[in-house]
Amino acid sequence: MATRQTSRAQTAGAAQGPRDAVVVGGNRIPFARAGKKYADASNQEMFTAALEGLVARYGLQGERLGEVVGGAVLKHSRDFNLVRESVLGSSLSPQTPAFDLQQACATGLEATITIANKIRLGQIESGVSGGTDTVSDAPIAVSEGMRRALLDAGHAKTWQDRAKALARIRPADLKPLSPATDEPRTGLSMGEHQAVTTARWGITREAQDEIALASHQHLAEAWESGFFDDLVTPFRGLTRDDNMRPDTSAEKLAGLKPVFGRSLETPATMTAGNSTPLTDGASTVLLGSREWAEAHDLPVLARFVDAETAAVDFVHGREGLLMAPVHAVPRLLARNGLSLEDFDFFEIHEAFASTVLTTLAAWEDADYGKNELGLPGAFGSLDRSRINVHGSSLAAGHPFAATGGRIVATAAKLVATKAAETGKPARALVSVCAAGGLGATAVLESV
Amino acid sequence: MTDRYTKAVNSGFTKTLATRLGLPRPAILRRYRAGDPLTVGPVLVVSDGASKADADAVAQTLLGWDLDVRRDPTDDVRWGAVVLVLTETARPADASEAVLAVGSVLRRLAGNGRVVTVSRAPADGDTPELAAARNAVDGFLRSLAKELRGGATGNGIVLTGGAALDQTSVRATLRFFLSAKSAYVDGQLLQVGPADAALPEEWDRPLDGKVAVVTGAARGIGAAIARTLARDGATVVCVDVPAAGEGLARTANAVGGTALQLDVTAEDAGQRILQHARERHGGLDVVVHNAGILRDKLLANMKPAQWDAVIAVNLAAQLRINEALLDAGLDGLHVVSLASTSGIAGNKGQTNYAFSKAGVIGHTRATSPLLGARGGTANAVAPGFIETDMTASIPFATRSVARLLPTLSQGGEPVDVAEAIAFLASPAAAGVNGQVLRVCGQHMVGQ
Repeated sequence: MATRQTSRAQTAGAAQGPRDAVVVGGNRIPFARAGKKYADASNQEMFTAALEGLVARYGLQGERLGEVVGGAVLKHSRDFNLVRESVLGSSLSPQTPAFDLQQACATGLEATITIANKIRLGQIESGVSGGTDTVSDAPIAVSEGMRRALLDAGHAKTWQDRAKALARIRPADLKPLSPATDEPRTGLSMGEHQAVTTARWGITREAQDEIALASHQHLAEAWESGFFDDLVTPFRGLTRDDNMRPDTSAEKLAGLKPVFGRSLETPATMTAGNSTPLTDGASTVLLGSREWAEAHDLPVLARFVDAETAAVDFVHGREGLLMAPVHAVPRLLARNGLSLEDFDFFEIHEAFASTVLTTLAAWEDADYGKNELGLPGAFGSLDRSRINVHGSSLAAGHPFAATGGRIVATAAKLVATKAAETGKPARALVSVCAAGGLGATAVLESV
Repeated sequence: MTDRYTKAVNSGFTKTLATRLGLPRPAILRRYRAGDPLTVGPVLVVSDGASKADADAVAQTLLGWDLDVRRDPTDDVRWGAVVLVLTETARPADASEAVLAVGSVLRRLAGNGRVVTVSRAPADGDTPELAAARNAVDGFLRSLAKELRGGATGNGIVLTGGAALDQTSVRATLRFFLSAKSAYVDGQLLQVGPADAALPEEWDRPLDGKVAVVTGAARGIGAAIARTLARDGATVVCVDVPAAGEGLARTANAVGGTALQLDVTAEDAGQRILQHARERHGGLDVVVHNAGILRDKLLANMKPAQWDAVIAVNLAAQLRINEALLDAGLDGLHVVSLASTSGIAGNKGQTNYAFSKAGVIGHTRATSPLLGARGGTANAVAPGFIETDMTASIPFATRSVARLLPTLSQGGEPVDVAEAIAFLASPAAAGVNGQVLRVCGQHMVGQ
């Protein structure tokens, strides 16, 4: 790598890692709108299916991989070893270790960072990262009153004590608890949080709908062109993401009623069309050292260069809930001697269309750059034609933990394809916002 | 997988009933399992006087396989197989004694027994008498096969171009016809020409170390072909359309191969198959063109889309891929294409399908010398009624009648087709080139 120079920056982060971690490829199942095709598929079934497709594509049957890391945001307590159980149900060697990891919507990317780091450190030669989520098969818990009473009854030594404990159950306690994506500390849903951020940055309805329309169109083009032929394996009869609306239009999107921010003073702009739907799905990414990939005659799409996570104080209203990547990226690029101009592709997770737009707006704002990011001025603006060129979560859907794997595999294939076409290195920036004011970002580069 | 009728008439009370009523009683066919004996009993080798030296060579071959070889038809045994050698018969009258000797043992031919004729094809310059003697075997064998019972079959080896009895390809063909691998091949004569081929190190792994591509491998016959080639030692690249990826991954993982989601009608399908095989597996030795579709309609009602789709998938795709394979100049490449008995004898409502399958036979014959020049072969296999998901959708009555039409009075299994393909794909079968082998239980009239 040291000999390869580019007209732009030199190969990023070359001085940092003891060795490279490379992305070999990825596999996911098509994403399905909640309650539809995967309505009765469990997280474990979906993640196993995504793994099996990956194993088949790369001929990994019986292979002992270094580690499989992944997770789910909405998870049953019985799934404590979700990823390991999925490995045991797959064609991989049962001697492949695995563990669960969770960082809300950044789970998939954080899992990839973890695997890449282990590879770079020489702890493992190969690994799979990923994530899975189902809203359709989400856990439903008993009420706190019921739970306490059942636990106490279980601990009771005499039948009288047991009866006494159970007698505390009131009719109101019979109501089950469904999982909520509301922020525990604010009680606000993610959409309501983002509505505040959207209003703060003055993002218009039209700009958001434009992003949504482009997402559907770009994703549909990518499917038509066969881009996903080696990135997706069908599951349960679903062959493409069923949230995708290739025939949607600006008019159709403009006709939708706003669903978030209706109690704000400013006009509400966020609709079901420019927000991600609840989705079921799973994704995986295969990583390895260069030596491992070579020894297994496997292709190498990209080098996983570096990553940065960030968190923001959204609880006290200082920053928007989904703005953490805005803080992570400047730090990530500074460490690697890169600027926004050095990237061919930006994969910015579309939690909402306005997430992309508030991110761009914040980076282009000089005061924000100075006061919030500690920079001399605005961080910079980026070429919009390089953002989410094959669509993103608005069209594909967003099964929380599965989104990171989808994006990393797409970004890796994008840089590999571009480099093959131009003969020059290509680079992608990945940014995923997450609940809890979290964000994870990463740089991938062609090899 | 034996159909319910066949099971019923072969066991318990229903067997007695079927016998009393004189119902057709299809036998339960013996199929290949590693470790089972090659034949179900001793093998009788008979010949006319002129062919005695060749008969001795056959006997030597059989002794090398540890078979109980006899030369006296009056031995009181349950015969496992009879090999009739008529390679040097000069006049029709000379065959009488040997042919009648075969007749004398047929009542003692065991269930799943075998009759194999070995003769020479008429050639340019033959005297009328010699040509008559040689061609007579054809009609004799096809008629004899129809007289055999209990799952016994009759097939013939027809030597061309001066092929010798001790040649590898002749031995391999003899072994295939004697074995349980040819369970559903009946009444067929296969031409074997002179060709250099090494004997396989292990007859149970004739494809050891070979790389094979199977199109349409997601299910049915394609999945059975992938399994059989893998059992014989090949690394299998499983190809199917992206929409069939779920089944494809299952097949690939079951056989320890790789899944390549690819539409065979794509312009660059041949190049992509080659690239995958070379980069991931270091070469390409076998290609099985199995992918095919049905769009049955009477020609009067045929829509352009129905006609064109069948031709595109079943015929044009094979031609285009073969072109790429020939351009690549691979040595020792064995190509096996799926034809169909519909393409030979015709079938109402299948003008498009029969056009495509007869076309396959045409290009196979034309391709064979081109591949033969580099030590390869091109052959076709024409299945008759095979029990698959596709034929399971045929109405019950039609299906039941279709099963009883062949001499073996039953449908074949996907594995029967797969065994024939695995045989033709093996290096030892190098002398079988440009042939169409029917796997139909001796279904209809025509060759």
